[in-house]
Amino acid sequence: MSNILEIRDLVVSYGGIEAVKNISLDVPEGQIVTLIGANGAGKSTTLKTISGIVKPKSASIRFQGEELSGKSPDYIVSKGITLVPEGRRVFDNLSVAENLKIGAYLRRDSLKGDMEYVYGLFPRLKEREWQMAGTLSGGEQQMLAVGRALMSRPKLIMMDEPSLGLAPLIVKAIFEIIKTINEEGITVLLIEQNANMALKVADKGYVMETGEIKMEGTGAELLANEEIKEAYLGKQKK
Amino acid sequence: MSLTAFLQYCLTGISIGGIYALIAIGYTMVYGILRLINFAHGDIFMMAAYFMIFAMTDFFLPWQVSVVIVIVATIVLGVVIEWLAYRPLRSAPRMSIMISAIGVSYLLQNLATYLFSALPKGYPEIPFLKQIIHLGNVSTSLVTFITPILTIGLVAALMFIINHTKVGMAMRAVSRDFETAQLMGIKINRVISFTFVIGCFLAAIGSVLYFTPRATVNPLSGALPGIKCFVAAVFGGIGSIPGAVVGGFLIGISETFIKAFGYSEFSDAFTFVLLILILLIRPSGLFGEKQTEKV
Repeated sequence: MSNILEIRDLVVSYGGIEAVKNISLDVPEGQIVTLIGANGAGKSTTLKTISGIVKPKSASIRFQGEELSGKSPDYIVSKGITLVPEGRRVFDNLSVAENLKIGAYLRRDSLKGDMEYVYGLFPRLKEREWQMAGTLSGGEQQMLAVGRALMSRPKLIMMDEPSLGLAPLIVKAIFEIIKTINEEGITVLLIEQNANMALKVADKGYVMETGEIKMEGTGAELLANEEIKEAYLGKQKK
Repeated sequence: MSLTAFLQYCLTGISIGGIYALIAIGYTMVYGILRLINFAHGDIFMMAAYFMIFAMTDFFLPWQVSVVIVIVATIVLGVVIEWLAYRPLRSAPRMSIMISAIGVSYLLQNLATYLFSALPKGYPEIPFLKQIIHLGNVSTSLVTFITPILTIGLVAALMFIINHTKVGMAMRAVSRDFETAQLMGIKINRVISFTFVIGCFLAAIGSVLYFTPRATVNPLSGALPGIKCFVAAVFGGIGSIPGAVVGGFLIGISETFIKAFGYSEFSDAFTFVLLILILLIRPSGLFGEKQTEKV
């Protein structure tokens, strides 16, 4: 299977400190890939760099064979990469419908079908179509953030901690949606603190620690790994 | 005070208030999107007056053409200022960009003094706008009469742009969260430039309406109206367009009546008393958003 995204030798530094130290990773087309690791491991920085918001010190980021390193965020969105940012970051001063429309900002064609598609995935959003996004609950805001990202018709959707701060039932629903999106052909790159759930849905996983990739493997392999069990899954070695 | 005189003062107050509102919108919109008090805004308004003198007095152009030139030149000036003095400081602390704005303000005042001298220059006559019209017992120049109407029309158009167009939606999004707006594919610099275009467009129109009844312009002509309109924006709740409009009208009407009662020397002081009071009693202004820091 071909890789939709290939990152080689990515280095990102903030004010002299290297947050990401020379990582390489591959995202195969049509799969769910997860990046797990503790706070401050550089996971969010990696996603922000891919989306063009953070400029890398050096890198090769190839998406469908095209070099994207150093390109502007709007160009990267137009190529089919979207990021659901950490903490949802919906526009609370815009209505639910407007949040969805702004997700399709670069598109000039009709949005009607896409809006219906997102409302089909998240019927709650349809009910709240005219409400300001700031009045939604955390779970609804997360659904809106995912829906907004889908509006750009991405080929690759990146999600930064979609389950953060949500009730267990909602977390389950979000993971169901991730699977649904993936089944429709969208490649997913997922960051999670909830390593257990992330590895269960993922085809492939990377473990990041202090800016470096420590381990990689299929989701099942990593789930079974003793070190990972201890460090990220909260299970004691027997 | 007779009823006629009262109505006369009302009309004058509403008219000057409309002009203040147009300028105050420029302050409030730039603040809304950049969290910057654009101290140069009053001086951009002053430069617009010199552009008018250029077009009509030096190049003998008809006023209709001149107004268009003034609008275009003022917009170009504002966008260039944003590009040179504010954009390079986009990720700098807010204090830096504010000091830059103060610097631009003095630069424009001194540039105008250097280019046009500190002596007042005659503002060109626009006979069409100065014709006297009679409404019952009240007589007034056409410019006084059309200013509030024009203001309301422009504000309505602006509200439409902001609430019902794609670029307006982008402006609201950018004003809330730069980074996420970028993730949507919005070019934030373009949206910010567009905000300056609108602010300067309104300042240019305000300038024509303001100076037409006043005969002269000097390099400091923009300073006091500028600061008054800033107060109007703060009064209404900076960042809020309806707030700026209400604040503009309130200050215009109040100062007209203070002058009418013979306290002319206090009419400007009133503006600043109002500023102090609003900051003491309701710092977020009439329609201001609750103090939430951008995260």
